[in-house]
Amino acid sequence: MEYGLFTSIIHAIVIASTPLVFAGLGALIQERAGVLNLGIEGLMIVGALAGFASALAGYPLIVSVFVAAFAGSALASIFALLVLRLYANPVATGLALTLFGLGLSALAGSQYVGQAAPQVAEWIIPGLNHIPVIGRAFFSHDPLVYLSIVMAGTMWWFLTKSRAGLILRAVGENHSSAHSLGFSVIGIRFLAILTGGALAGIGGAYLTLVQTPLFVEGMTAGRGWIALALVVFASWRPFRVIAGAYLFGGVSIVQLHGQALGISIAAQWLSMLPYLVTICALVIIASRVKGENSAPGSLGITFKESK
Amino acid sequence: MNINKIICRFVGLCLTALIALPAVADKTKVGFVYVGPVADAGWTYEHDQGRLAVEKKYGDKVETVFVESVSEGPDAERVIAQMAADGANVVFTTSFGYMNPTLKVAKQFPNVKFEHATGYKRADNVATYSSRFYEGRHVLGLIAGKMTKTNTIGYIASFPIPEVVRGINAAYLAAKSVNPAVKFKVIWVSTWFDPGKEADAAKALIDQGADILMQHTDSAAPMKIAEERGIYAFGQASDQAAYGPNAQLTAIIDDWAPYYVRRVGDVINGSWASTDTWGGFDTGMVALAPYGKAVPAEVKKMADEARKAITEGRLHAFTGPVNKQDGTPWLKAGETADDGTLLGMNFYVEGIEGSLP
Repeated sequence: MEYGLFTSIIHAIVIASTPLVFAGLGALIQERAGVLNLGIEGLMIVGALAGFASALAGYPLIVSVFVAAFAGSALASIFALLVLRLYANPVATGLALTLFGLGLSALAGSQYVGQAAPQVAEWIIPGLNHIPVIGRAFFSHDPLVYLSIVMAGTMWWFLTKSRAGLILRAVGENHSSAHSLGFSVIGIRFLAILTGGALAGIGGAYLTLVQTPLFVEGMTAGRGWIALALVVFASWRPFRVIAGAYLFGGVSIVQLHGQALGISIAAQWLSMLPYLVTICALVIIASRVKGENSAPGSLGITFKESK
Repeated sequence: MNINKIICRFVGLCLTALIALPAVADKTKVGFVYVGPVADAGWTYEHDQGRLAVEKKYGDKVETVFVESVSEGPDAERVIAQMAADGANVVFTTSFGYMNPTLKVAKQFPNVKFEHATGYKRADNVATYSSRFYEGRHVLGLIAGKMTKTNTIGYIASFPIPEVVRGINAAYLAAKSVNPAVKFKVIWVSTWFDPGKEADAAKALIDQGADILMQHTDSAAPMKIAEERGIYAFGQASDQAAYGPNAQLTAIIDDWAPYYVRRVGDVINGSWASTDTWGGFDTGMVALAPYGKAVPAEVKKMADEARKAITEGRLHAFTGPVNKQDGTPWLKAGETADDGTLLGMNFYVEGIEGSLP
């Protein structure tokens, strides 16, 4: 091996975590607008299939990413219609979206089983990639890894520094007040859902284009649910989503390497760790007085315009 | 229980009987419960090929139904019971974890026949069947031992059940017999099917020096990773050359068709009995995919000879002297393992590093 084992491990952690970063950000933007979308898993797998199909058809990576984002948005728009316009229960609708996405991708994806996507080239950042150890670990990745970091940065800026982000948060904290101030609660939530769908779609596509890279039905294997847990763990902050995703990815990869090195910590304990950490985070958040770390006030509450 | 409930149950039973009876009268209804999706290109796919073979053989005389992606646990019990209640004459439950649910449901439906794959508990109406995959693993082990340059074989394992442990031991003993310096690195991923995690495990093994991968999980992700990294791997459950045209050395293929056709025939003509079938190369239930182009001629020859010897009963994958991992003797020189020990195998043989989870 030309690179040290440590470097390889970090490199693998970044790859294993990236789908979670995208999906986590996708869930975060919706929850900040007050929408609880449990359909992330379904959005991911539909994006996974769409991106894979596009790559297989010979389109370049950037097109495949857009196709995946569009597929995620398209499916999310159904959710938006049901929840925002027809006032369906968001929890039930989100669960249905997951099941629907899994089924739809299985149906449409059966012809893609057994095929392999072209390999995605790495974008090596000149200069930085020569730094010992971390150069290879952090600065020679496929473009989507960098995109995930840029997305988190953009979302942080949007939510904390921009006026539009402030409005989105207002809608999430108290939709009645936002409405009485003249903001379109439905419109803003609709956009948030579309954005979230697109990000979840890209997260799924990362699995089929880079991480595995193949498509089989059900291949998201619960990552959408981990993304939802990450958002809570991150107390609704974009950069903490990255931290949480890397922590989760880190534990899973280190666990695998530990086994191959013959370090005998029970694998089951390590598999449990990320979930235990999430539960602890939940408890800490719940024990605080309502403050900056708590959930958006109107999260998951249906908004009806009073006539 | 109040009277209303009794009436409700009675009406329900009558309705079930009404729906079920016509099906029973005309056709033999055969149910299959799958742990993964039919399109997994592996374990479940091969079971479904067996189901299709049954349909092809008996045509109008049978009706087959299946439910895929049934998780092992309470869900399985519900699905199996539903199949039995819907008038299935025989139900094949095709994963180890369905063992207790199958037995539980079998008690409630004494007239329905059940067949559980890879388990060891039977009843009057529950038969078990499995394949001697370890015979295939022996051949893979020989090829791996001969072809590894780094003397490190990576093994992606699912759960520490006897079936999986036996495969690791068989492959290791065979590899060791042709290459005393060989080492096995085993990673337990605690899942049968998670392409992402299987791919991560494959990468971890390659990063730690493995140049040949074996797996006992159900997706083709490790094969794809092997292809990308330019190393070799063995396909699992079915031919995975599509994912690794250069990487696949061969694959163990589970061929359930001969068994399913025979057993459904027994149900149709009324001669079905609870049996325990464990077929290997000799019954055709275990087969190998064509060798990859990377396999040298002399290795092919060696593999073919071993396969022939096993088929003819001249060679057993577990032949002494073999010690357990802790050094205690298990098989004396020339002694072969009995099926009972193999079916309950819960220890590594001497030479494998690490401990069972």
